[in-house]
Amino acid sequence: MKIEIIDDKFDPWQSLVDYKKNELQNDPKIGASSIFLGTMRDFNEDYDVDAMHLEHYPGMTEKYLENIVQTAIKKYKLIGGLVIHRVGLLEPTDPIVLVATWSDHRDSSFSATRDIMESLKSEAPFWKKESTDKGFRWVQPVDKTESSNEIQ
Amino acid sequence: MKVQVKYFANIKDLMGKDTEDIKDMNSITVGELWLNLTKDMDIQIKVLYAVNQVYVSKDYKLNDGDEIAFFPPVTGG
Repeated sequence: MKIEIIDDKFDPWQSLVDYKKNELQNDPKIGASSIFLGTMRDFNEDYDVDAMHLEHYPGMTEKYLENIVQTAIKKYKLIGGLVIHRVGLLEPTDPIVLVATWSDHRDSSFSATRDIMESLKSEAPFWKKESTDKGFRWVQPVDKTESSNEIQ
Repeated sequence: MKVQVKYFANIKDLMGKDTEDIKDMNSITVGELWLNLTKDMDIQIKVLYAVNQVYVSKDYKLNDGDEIAFFPPVTGG
């Protein structure tokens, strides 16, 4: 398992190659690799977006991501799990988040990657602030992914 | 008792600071602390609570030395 929060651009494809080679040692038991890559759009709802700032809660964010990935590893008996998430200033087309899992068969890696991504969106403390053609605005969660931790 | 408070995202903007220490406070819940800190403000947005980097409900009772965070629903990914 590897969790990274980074404040500079990253190449998700190179990160996948590096993780599989260095962390998983090209394990021959791997039969399935499943990947989700989120990238920044230049629009959101009715706004043109030219930049975005991603804020996080150092310490708590890493703790929750590690717990989310560990839960998926146990549930789906994964061989490997990788999450890389950007913070700081992003531009359209920049990768925001990479989630990848490796397992022996496809069902477990498909499901694990989706589970990790959905849990990340509802639990991991990140916040997006967009620079739009109508000024800056904090992004609001959509209903589907609204935090399960809302208690008010 | 003394606690450290952290604010993030639009809550940080509203409070005008990202952190503060609260000293000489009585034993109260995290929800009561939020109401005390914002009693003179008209805040209509949702707020989540974390204590020592774990989500808690508003009824969580604070202890000396706690790290408390107030922030809006998360929007990562």
